[in-house]
Amino acid sequence: MKEYFGDLWAVIATVTKGMIVTFSHLFTRNITQQYTSDELPDERWKSAGEIVPKGLLSDRSRMRLHVKIEDCIGCKQCEKACPVDCIDITNEKREKTEAPIFAADGTAIKLKVVQFDIDMSLCCYCSLCVYPCPTDCIVMTPEYEFAETDKTEFLYRFAKEKPTPPVPPAPPQEEKPQPVAAGGS
Amino acid sequence: MGLQRPAIEATISNVLSAVVIAGAGGFLVAIALLPRIAELINTQLEANLSETMAGVAAVALGVGATVFLITQLPIFLIWFERKVAAHIQDRLGPMRVGWHGVLQSFADGLKLLFKEDIIVGGADRFLFKLAPFIVVMGAFAGFAVLPWGDGLVVSDLDIGLLYVIAITSFGAIGILMAGWASNNKYALLGGMRSAAQMVSYEIPTAIIILALVSQVGSLNLQDVITAQSDGIWGENRWFLTRMFPLNLIAFVIFFICGLAETNRNPFDIPEAESELVAGFHTEYSGMRFALFFLAEYAAMFLVAGLAVVMFFGGWVGPFFDGPLMFFFKTLVLVFVQMWLRWTLPRLRVDQLLAVCWKYLIPIAFVVLVGTAFVGVAWS
Repeated sequence: MKEYFGDLWAVIATVTKGMIVTFSHLFTRNITQQYTSDELPDERWKSAGEIVPKGLLSDRSRMRLHVKIEDCIGCKQCEKACPVDCIDITNEKREKTEAPIFAADGTAIKLKVVQFDIDMSLCCYCSLCVYPCPTDCIVMTPEYEFAETDKTEFLYRFAKEKPTPPVPPAPPQEEKPQPVAAGGS
Repeated sequence: MGLQRPAIEATISNVLSAVVIAGAGGFLVAIALLPRIAELINTQLEANLSETMAGVAAVALGVGATVFLITQLPIFLIWFERKVAAHIQDRLGPMRVGWHGVLQSFADGLKLLFKEDIIVGGADRFLFKLAPFIVVMGAFAGFAVLPWGDGLVVSDLDIGLLYVIAITSFGAIGILMAGWASNNKYALLGGMRSAAQMVSYEIPTAIIILALVSQVGSLNLQDVITAQSDGIWGENRWFLTRMFPLNLIAFVIFFICGLAETNRNPFDIPEAESELVAGFHTEYSGMRFALFFLAEYAAMFLVAGLAVVMFFGGWVGPFFDGPLMFFFKTLVLVFVQMWLRWTLPRLRVDQLLAVCWKYLIPIAFVVLVGTAFVGVAWS
């Protein structure tokens, strides 16, 4: 009999307590927010700084890869680091006659990067390619909305230099035509 | 980049939201003015038609208005429940379709309309098709005796409360039928659980109604409200605070039984999704599934409305009288139902039956006997 009424009291007490808790949550601030909202929900997100769009992402968020191709020296370290082989780089030697160019940190660029392809459909967002880059030219951007309708659209081509056309086999008397370097378009 | 919606889409969404909100406002105004409108229509009918025809037309209009109400109400209630659920869980809930998602229910309904109507192989086709209509009928028919105002009732039955108990039991038959006809073990289990649950919980409901009727002296719902005509204070106040705490306990038991009979949490074992997929409506799709949904929300409103009539004075309100007050009070109780749903976990089958047979029925008997003693002692 004592147990019976004890149970009854426990039910009333616990249900009341639970209902108070849930009712208080009706009026607390939501933890989630609208997907494209510009509103900052919480102090801890504010440290992200200005590079973060919409002020929603953490400063270490890893989204779409970007390559600042002007700074790339063609060392292929990112290609070797990539665990899923989604980076594809082809280099050519720069002619000695061309004017020397340098990356943003002063490293001389001795190779011409004619192909720098990243297949974002393969990318696993591990950021392992970012660490070895000597000129910090490959970075993870906070851009996360890059859905496409075709899978081939995920192949990002960053190279701006055109590959040298293959030299025609030994034209006898003519002078060898100089390869024209297509400047940054 | 970003998710940019076309301007025309945003405009359409805003306009439709405004229309829906204005419609809801108009709905409330119509409910508030219901006595005036009914009076106007009645005088017009009596002037233009013979006495019999006027009566028939009045009933037909009442039925039409009630059916319109019950079919439109779930659109609001489903949206409202999703919002309540979301905010209790610190989420936002539907926000995309219209202003704060007010068009979400319309979009869902439209989607269900266009879904393929699948009848599974091996199903009992006749019963499978019949079941949703029986469930809906059971939920809708109860509204016939629900009084909205002084004389504003579709059918002023003298056995109103008995009729409600009887007609809402149809839901159990429909659910059992749906479970049986689906040719699916989960559906069958859900249907059988539902039958056990509904039959069990009818008993405390009936006892509580008996205790109340012994105070009123009538089964007519209008008489129940007339007996509480003084509002919160006074001799004939709401039954909730009379014979304290007997009627308060009675209300709690009635409310719990109402939750169980409408298969709401924490008593929703007939459709316990973690155990039975979706219970009795596992195999239903499209509009037939929507009918089950409609019936559930209509039954919620009916049970809350009955509780308001029996314990909260019906349309005799704390601030003003009339159908609008009844509507608001019922919505508050519906909100409590939703609130409970997102507070309590689901009971096990044996716990569910233990709650009924070991706790609710004995306490209901004590309330009945106590009410009888106090009533005799006072008179």
